Amino acid sequence: MTTSSTSPITRVYVSRDSAATSVGANEVADALVLAAAAAGVDLHVVRTGTRGMLWLEPLVEVETPAGRVGYGPVSPADVDGLVAAGMLDGVLDGAGGHTTARDHPSYLGLVEDLPWMRDQQRICLARVGVTDPVSTTDYEAHGGLAGLRHALSLDPQQVVAEVTDSGLRGRGGAGFPAGIKWKTVADTPGELKFVCCNADEGDSGTFADRMVMEGDPFALLEGMTIAGYAVGASEGYIYLRSEYPDAAHALKEAIDAARAAGWLGADVLGSGYTFDIHLRIGAGAYICGEETSMLESLEGKRGMVRAKPPIPAITGLFGKPTVVNNVLTLVSVPTILAEGGTKYAELGVDRSRGTQVFQLAGNIARGGAFETAFGISLEKLVHEYGGGTRTGRPLRAVQVGGPLGQYIPADKLDIPTDYEAFAAADAMLGHGGITVFDDTVDMAHMARFAMEFCAEESCGKCTPCRVGSIRGVETIDKIVGGVDPDGNLALLNDLCELMTDGSLCAMGGLTPNPVRSALLHFPEDFTPGVHDRKEAAR
Amino acid sequence: MTITTGTAGNAGDLSDLVRSAVDAHRAERGPLLVILHEIQERIGFVPPDAVPLIARELNLSRADVHGVITFYKDFRSEPVGRHSIELCRAEACQAVGAEALVAELEQELGCKTGSTTSNGAITLDQVFCFGNCALGPTGRIDGRVHGRLDRDTIAELLKEKSR
Repeated sequence: MTTSSTSPITRVYVSRDSAATSVGANEVADALVLAAAAAGVDLHVVRTGTRGMLWLEPLVEVETPAGRVGYGPVSPADVDGLVAAGMLDGVLDGAGGHTTARDHPSYLGLVEDLPWMRDQQRICLARVGVTDPVSTTDYEAHGGLAGLRHALSLDPQQVVAEVTDSGLRGRGGAGFPAGIKWKTVADTPGELKFVCCNADEGDSGTFADRMVMEGDPFALLEGMTIAGYAVGASEGYIYLRSEYPDAAHALKEAIDAARAAGWLGADVLGSGYTFDIHLRIGAGAYICGEETSMLESLEGKRGMVRAKPPIPAITGLFGKPTVVNNVLTLVSVPTILAEGGTKYAELGVDRSRGTQVFQLAGNIARGGAFETAFGISLEKLVHEYGGGTRTGRPLRAVQVGGPLGQYIPADKLDIPTDYEAFAAADAMLGHGGITVFDDTVDMAHMARFAMEFCAEESCGKCTPCRVGSIRGVETIDKIVGGVDPDGNLALLNDLCELMTDGSLCAMGGLTPNPVRSALLHFPEDFTPGVHDRKEAAR
Repeated sequence: MTITTGTAGNAGDLSDLVRSAVDAHRAERGPLLVILHEIQERIGFVPPDAVPLIARELNLSRADVHGVITFYKDFRSEPVGRHSIELCRAEACQAVGAEALVAELEQELGCKTGSTTSNGAITLDQVFCFGNCALGPTGRIDGRVHGRLDRDTIAELLKEKSR
């Protein structure tokens, strides 16, 4: 092996994403530095976001002339052996050197050629896992700012029109057309307007917002700046949940770098437009993911839901016209402006245009984030890309759209991922979070948990949600405990109907979704003694 | 300043702390949450004695400040154990055994979630989602998120802490 003075620098990429570090990516990066030093290799470790193939984390990618060669999952204990076998030689296979690292079980070949990567249409995730998340140079070199530059060359109305033409709908779950929302804010007169990014990604089974904020934070800043220009806002707020400290760190670094580079501030990219972005951290309240509750929280108050109307687009933050969009909605915007709304609208099906970042979670063999055009079937995502359950046991249920989404039984997964097709199948696509359960799941327990979660996280403003959820827990306990099951089932259905119709926001209004779907598809779990039998079967 | 983590110090120190936290963020819009985060970051909790001081500085009622502190799970009115274990109990982690893990840990530590062991060493808590839903069960131990947790890994991590 040549010495560091004459050999070229070897570049490896290791994720700094919190999912990757939760399973040891930092330790692997440290081990690589030590092993390279011992072998006399001049090594540069670039810490990127994650590719989203989370079952392969910690993933190490080595730059070669043919592209990046991956190894994963790599444990710190594997590193010395891999380096000794020629992992850092920078060639794809044995042809150009003495590398036998390809015989290692973690060897994956070219990362871009893996089916999981090859089959995606990555717009929101285009740079995630590829670039250094907080390098302005990397961002621009990989297509960053093209959307903002183009937007600033247009009239604000034209920018709104591009977003309307793209068919982009809110990615936070509700699927409201972004262009219509922007137009409402743009048309509402006001000296002071705001753009608020809802980054309170509290739903279990979702992590795409976090991945993007940690892996490509500039994209969010760029999307917010375009939104601000389109509607005439001068200030942006990112409301980030406190459970995401790594995302907070990445965003802070990115905001500082963007201000220093003139991408934010008094004269955005020399256009004369003034826009700045502030990061605000939540404090552990799930309800603050509901937009009006989030606005209250941003104002420094309890996160109590507001009645609508008035809608935030007209009376929002501090009573001013406000755009409230989810992270992925805003991150889709730069591409729409760079390439045109109609081009974006070519992707997808019916009224679900563009791409969605599907998140495969829970008991899944290959969990991670998979971005593709709307329309791919749930079945294909779960079985073909996800590989079924992690435990290898039969799959029993899938919950789509977070804790407020329905449970779908294993034999009904053949639904195209399209907002309306899901609604027609009595399910909710929401933000594309997909949580998989094997046959050991106790669906009465999951239904009870839905009510328990609602009781825990309700803001308490309206009675159906605050009290209904507690009564829901009690009633399910009675059913499972064999206390007048028929009477209590009727009562539970009644209660679900009341919560659906009478709650002020989606928290109480949608909590019946998981409960009723569990009752409908898995009635056998609501019989007395089933819990003990499940335990025994485990 | 003589305030150390876990104690509120004397009254003068507390009022200095509150004033400096308020001054650092007074210019921001709706700064109460930001200020509470700042105080908790510095001393680990928001002492009840700080409530009237914050209220006076921001021209709010004590009820407003108290209401905000008690609404949000993150804000604590008393110090916690020397170490913290927070386990995710949301659906994706439940799908890979989080409930059993929580039960085992409660048994092992002899305390329920939301409380601290009798020797003040460890506070056990539940969290709904760290956004690590493909690599569960997930928990945060002394501020660091760990994935694919099981009883043995937690025991190992705790052993390292007590060394």
